[in-house]
Amino acid sequence: MTETLQFYWSYPFVRYAVIVGVLIALCSSLLGVTLVLKRFSYIGDGLSHVAFGALAVATVCDVADTMWIVMPVTVLSAVLLLRTGQNAKIQGDAAIAMLSVGSLAVGYLLLHLFSASANISGDVCSTLFGSTSILTLTRSEVWLCVAMSVLVVVLFCLLYNRIFAVTFDESFARATGICANTYNLMIAIITAVIIVLAMNLVGSLLISALVIFPALSAMRVVRNFKGVVICSAVISVCCALVGIILAILFSTPVGATIVVANIVVFLISSAAGRALRR
Amino acid sequence: MAYITCENLTLGYEGMAVAENISFQVNKGEYWYIVGENGAGKSTLMKTLLGLTPPMGGSITTGSGLSRYEIGYLPQQTFVQKDFPASVWEIVLSGTLSRYKKRLFFNKEQKLLAEENLRRMDIWALRKQCYRTLSGGQQQRVLLARALCASSKLLVLDEPATGLDPRVTAEFYRLIKDLNQEGLTIIMVSHDIEAAVSYASHILHVEREQSFAGTTAAYQASGFWRALDGSGCEG
Repeated sequence: MTETLQFYWSYPFVRYAVIVGVLIALCSSLLGVTLVLKRFSYIGDGLSHVAFGALAVATVCDVADTMWIVMPVTVLSAVLLLRTGQNAKIQGDAAIAMLSVGSLAVGYLLLHLFSASANISGDVCSTLFGSTSILTLTRSEVWLCVAMSVLVVVLFCLLYNRIFAVTFDESFARATGICANTYNLMIAIITAVIIVLAMNLVGSLLISALVIFPALSAMRVVRNFKGVVICSAVISVCCALVGIILAILFSTPVGATIVVANIVVFLISSAAGRALRR
Repeated sequence: MAYITCENLTLGYEGMAVAENISFQVNKGEYWYIVGENGAGKSTLMKTLLGLTPPMGGSITTGSGLSRYEIGYLPQQTFVQKDFPASVWEIVLSGTLSRYKKRLFFNKEQKLLAEENLRRMDIWALRKQCYRTLSGGQQQRVLLARALCASSKLLVLDEPATGLDPRVTAEFYRLIKDLNQEGLTIIMVSHDIEAAVSYASHILHVEREQSFAGTTAAYQASGFWRALDGSGCEG
């Protein structure tokens, strides 16, 4: 087994996949804690569908670098979703459902009508579930991902105390002069960026799993905020590593394997949490 | 000059006025109760005082060394907090952020301030516990300690007795009264009119067109009290 791994490790694309996978897992878990606790989990889900729609449009328009269309569209939707989510609860929910399903449908329709590719369902499948695209990353994509991840981690660490305050009690934070809206906006934008980057790893349908599962698993066993953040980062990185290695060894789809690893950890920590409370 | 001076305030949200002509002055050491019927604009008034909602008309000025965001706020519990994994220590420490705006991380002074207020609220022993496992009364003490970290001058409390049993409520009211006697100015939003007349030094009764603001004695002599008390006579 180690020989097989060593053999694969000698290929740069495998190394890229591991680096990108770990970094994305780290960032998404950090954000995930805040998103889950603020009841914003659905925003991640909605945005990933929007990103799929945008990617379809970019593919149809035959843009050389799809990132230039996907990134701005997703960030813009993040800002809009946050707005509507704040104003009215039910309408915000409905708006997200509409936007996400709508962009999924329109994206698939566009691909079907205009795509030049011979294997449309294969393309769609890999965008939705990530299948192999993580193994075809270029050097510049890896650097972009590294830069973005470092930025996210540094921002999160520097603003940690304020993020905690805004997450725990927005009105108190606001009353004591913390600009809660700015932080919400920042969180939404970072979420959008992470989702676009993570599309390569797990595909747009499975991204929410990376955001939600580690945070939920950590919350089952740890009872303070700092502990939850650290624990969810560790869980997420380990699951990503294990998932990628298993995917290579048994040639399973990378995204789905990582998500299954997360589900297993969630079940274990749920059981552990229940046992601890007794 | 007073801590807070409100002149001809018009309250409302989304362009709809709920209450007009509100004028009052809160001075150091006073204990205000804001009372009124549901929907009369109590919460809106409080949010306006805190700077969460802009007033639709009139002005609010702060003075006597009280700066705009130097208000300790005890909000109503939100549903987010019901299952929030945070230790008591983390929550109380977050209250000190407003006093040290430019610092990213907590320094020694902030930690001392948090410790002092935890001890003052008699919950130092609970500091490592998870907030959601505490009883309702203990949770209120945690939020009170956090509010005290944010301000040593003025506390604003929003219906703090909601969901507490009568014994804990009485205990909590005594705690607030003690803080008031130690020199803190208190503004409490409540519908508990009995508690208002027995604890408050001043009462603001919010009504749609003309509100009452004055000492408790003057309030009890006025028509407003009887109106809310239900013993006849239109306010």
